[in-house]
Amino acid sequence: MEFAFFIEGGNFSKAGSASSEVKKILKQLNVDSKIIKRTVVSLYEAEVNVVAHAFEGDMIVEIFPDKIAVRIEDKGPGIPDIEKAMEKGFSTATPKVREMGFGAGMGLPNIKKNSDEMNISSKVNVGTKLEIVNYLK
Amino acid sequence: MEKAHFYHALKVVEEVCIGCTHCMNVCPTSAIRVKNGIADINKNACVDCGECLNSCPVNAIIVEQDDFSQIFHYKQRVALLPTVLLGQFPDDISEKQIYSVILELGFTHVYEVDETADILTEVTKTYMQKHHQERPFISSFCPAIVRLIQVKFPALVEHIIHLKPVIDISAIFYREKLKNEGFSDDEVGIFYVTPCAAKIAAVKSPVGEDKSFIDGVINMDFIYNKVLLSIKQNKSKELKYELNKHISRRSIGWTLTNGEASQYSGRCLAIDEIHNVIEVLEKLENEEITDVDFLELRACDHSCAGGVLTTENRFLAIERLRKRADWYHRNKPIILEPKEIEEYRPYLLKNISIKSIEPRSILSLDTDMMEAMKKMEKINRILKVLPSIDCGACGAPRCQALAEDVVQGKAKMTQCVFLQKMLTKEGLITPQESFDISENTWGVKRFEKKNINDH
Repeated sequence: MEFAFFIEGGNFSKAGSASSEVKKILKQLNVDSKIIKRTVVSLYEAEVNVVAHAFEGDMIVEIFPDKIAVRIEDKGPGIPDIEKAMEKGFSTATPKVREMGFGAGMGLPNIKKNSDEMNISSKVNVGTKLEIVNYLK
Repeated sequence: MEKAHFYHALKVVEEVCIGCTHCMNVCPTSAIRVKNGIADINKNACVDCGECLNSCPVNAIIVEQDDFSQIFHYKQRVALLPTVLLGQFPDDISEKQIYSVILELGFTHVYEVDETADILTEVTKTYMQKHHQERPFISSFCPAIVRLIQVKFPALVEHIIHLKPVIDISAIFYREKLKNEGFSDDEVGIFYVTPCAAKIAAVKSPVGEDKSFIDGVINMDFIYNKVLLSIKQNKSKELKYELNKHISRRSIGWTLTNGEASQYSGRCLAIDEIHNVIEVLEKLENEEITDVDFLELRACDHSCAGGVLTTENRFLAIERLRKRADWYHRNKPIILEPKEIEEYRPYLLKNISIKSIEPRSILSLDTDMMEAMKKMEKINRILKVLPSIDCGACGAPRCQALAEDVVQGKAKMTQCVFLQKMLTKEGLITPQESFDISENTWGVKRFEKKNINDH
């Protein structure tokens, strides 16, 4: 099963709505609540990343009998140094974004922590593609 | 599938219900459908919050209570009273008068439930230091919230503090006290006067405990009427009740909003009203809220002062309780006596824990994930043909709910009035068939011929 969600860049008031939708679907599918939690936390972080840094993005959620695979692709500035972005506490977020409680530099590390597989690729000035896989068993 | 039977105090009086859908539309767990013109509550999904009762325009939803005369089956009859009870009465009626009348009604003892809040606060503090579970800790105070978390937020059940609420601590304290005074277990009857439906459900089918410590429940509005009637008619000859205790400010404020959250250090939040609570639990589940240590969550607006069985305006009731708390606080040295409860502290501490609280999600479409996926695909297909205006005319609160009911075999797609019209137009069902379907949902009575000129 596949579900697609559009993520609007810069609209923090809507940040989290796509991950909440995914949560609802996973609950209906009787997915183990611990796996739901991990998945939703990683998707929320990813969603906020798109809102905070990109112009727009899409979240494609595919549910298989054995795994949940999510692809988040955005059009935006891209990440010049992915390794650096993976460090805890590293953030390029503006002071304004930080004031809103985002941009603590925990985004990518937290996604990694809450997923079984994570792949990230990025082109500067084009956008970022993030893939997250969580296994159901 | 659910095997256990859940007791609910909220009942629909079928003779009175007009099937108007008000309750169906406000139910926070979508537990209500209209069938045959009558509201039908799904026992597995209901959390006893009482929103339906508040919304009912014809008082067809009631809180079922135990027969009052059953108190006389016991030699010792203890009335456990919530502190909000005193807030229901006008200022010129004293605490002493109220409690005297309650004794005259047939009780041998009156005890305020929230008096054990002091012990619980202390134990909770140590509990939070000792347990290194994921924060925040969620209070077990409100039974409607405990049930809400079980059915809608199964991942959060482990956040609930595994300690008894004050009502149970007070019940075991009083039972033990009377046993020590020489009464046997079956001579002691403990009755809770409840401001809400959820507390009744908690007594009848407790969560995390094998049995309840309370023998019966009496609705607070019933006691309120009895007391006021007796005082107005000047029935009381003498004031039986001796005012000889000190009750802490903490105890009096315990059931009001921030009563618990104000007691603990760290970041503590108090949230009341069930929709507000749901919003916070959603955020908590997504980890949008972090770094909170303690959550006080209550289903009613303004906590217990807004319970469905309260009679006084909640703001006035709260004002009175605050005044009372201040009075006790000021006069503390005069009436302070060694508290009897201190002798029972070790006994209470030994019995204060509850067992695990099991999640019982109502959200999953099927226990088998493959089946659930098939059902979800069907639901999405059905949703494409439904009008998505959530009119409720099919007897379900939303198009989504009807689609789910259809897939679960609980409803038919043709219950949708839009589909009925389309199918009739295309000649796929006859006007009579369409009419019969509507009669099934709304009951025969709703369609009885009414002549406009008669009214």
